[in-house]
Amino acid sequence: MTLSVLFFVLIGAISLAAAVGVVSSNHPVHSALFLLAHFGTLAILYITLEAQFLAAIQVIIYAGGIVILILFVIMLIGSEKIVNQAEHRTWTPYVGFALGIVLLGGLAISLLQGFTGVEPNAALLQGGSPQAVGLELFTRYILPFELAAVLLLVALLGALLLARRPKLKIEEQ
Amino acid sequence: MDWLNLIVFPLIRSVILLFILLTAFAYLTWYERKLLARFQIRYGPNRAGPYGLMLPAADAVKAFFKEEVIPNHVDKVVYLLGPVLGLIPVLAVWAVIPITKNTPAIADVNIGFLWILALTGVESYGIILAGWGSNNNYSLLGALRSSAQMISYELPLGMFLVSILMLAGSFSLVQLVQSPRAWWEWLWLWIMFPFFFICMLAECNRTPFDLPETENELVAGFQTEYGGMKFAMFFIAEYLNVITTSTLMATLFFGGWKLPFGITDFLPILGPFVLAVKVIILLFVFIWVRASIGRPRYDQLMRFTWQYLLPGSIVYMIITALLVLFFK
Repeated sequence: MTLSVLFFVLIGAISLAAAVGVVSSNHPVHSALFLLAHFGTLAILYITLEAQFLAAIQVIIYAGGIVILILFVIMLIGSEKIVNQAEHRTWTPYVGFALGIVLLGGLAISLLQGFTGVEPNAALLQGGSPQAVGLELFTRYILPFELAAVLLLVALLGALLLARRPKLKIEEQ
Repeated sequence: MDWLNLIVFPLIRSVILLFILLTAFAYLTWYERKLLARFQIRYGPNRAGPYGLMLPAADAVKAFFKEEVIPNHVDKVVYLLGPVLGLIPVLAVWAVIPITKNTPAIADVNIGFLWILALTGVESYGIILAGWGSNNNYSLLGALRSSAQMISYELPLGMFLVSILMLAGSFSLVQLVQSPRAWWEWLWLWIMFPFFFICMLAECNRTPFDLPETENELVAGFQTEYGGMKFAMFFIAEYLNVITTSTLMATLFFGGWKLPFGITDFLPILGPFVLAVKVIILLFVFIWVRASIGRPRYDQLMRFTWQYLLPGSIVYMIITALLVLFFK
């Protein structure tokens, strides 16, 4: 076992432990922090795979943006400990577990299928260097890219619409 | 030896860098007190050693020997994580800053720019966690203010960084400093500098953007519940942040370690000193601003970013893209 494999296994184990922490801790802020640790270790895994660009993007978007917003929402709405209401419905953990296994199976199958044909693509991306990713995004994947942009715009407008104050009916005198 | 290059040499460099940075922090506190005193026509520190030069040492001893109090009502892990997470990103930025010809402080990665963006994004965690972990309303309010402010000012900052990136054409900061620039590029960059400086002031929570710790409404903001060494860590993080951002600005706008006419290309050993002088000048500007400008109201601060700075920065980015497209 080489040093890099050892490193990979170690970081992967921390990452998994953090992921378990997200669902098992009974305090929302702690969950968010575990999520942050998970994203951080994922970024390190990307670096060990020579995909530095992806790693940076991972940290900028997830650690720098999304988890901060999650923390914000938790702090503003109130962060009391969750009294686990799902405990009253005894069937929920089992159903959740079963659905998780189905998801894992699906992911595993699609990944195993993907591994046969993915090598030339990875070589093309040069381990995710910015230029290669940019070129691919704006040539071959231009349509999905633009669609994602439109989707984000729609979500933004929706948020604006929801957050807007209802117009006051009283006329100014 | 592979591991020698991978682990040992960077480690030695990091230790030296840490030593220099912490010393710089210590003397920045002295520099600031002295300068603020001069702005207010006072003497400033002059008791400990000649010109008060031993003052940082006295402060350090005081901080070390204080009792470490952890209040009972805090969330202990989060409370202790706050200062640590505040300090790490500020130090880590230094890894990619070039200090002389072909020599970055630690490593020349091909994502230098993104590294900076990522770390400025993560910087606010220290404050958020400290505010929430303290379990105190003033702390929480301070933390919310500070993180909202940092997130808002990161947006124009990102736009400006993208513009610089387009002009440079490379993600590496080492390349950025070394590649030649046309006169109009310098001019165009310097037009943007004041606005970039405003963003950086907000990122550092410096006056006039120190609303997270306004003493007349929030006690001491997010650091209310901290004392001794833990408070000192926030203090270090804040001042190192000022040093780091000054270095970044010196690197991005004023040629970093370079002198005009290629003097430093022949004498690369001068590089770090040239950089240090530029940083000291920029630090002076930081302190000058603190001494001269009062703080605005919070809503004025937010309106300024979202209604003026952000649209302005987007326009700036579009014009830069056009300039690069047609003239480069």
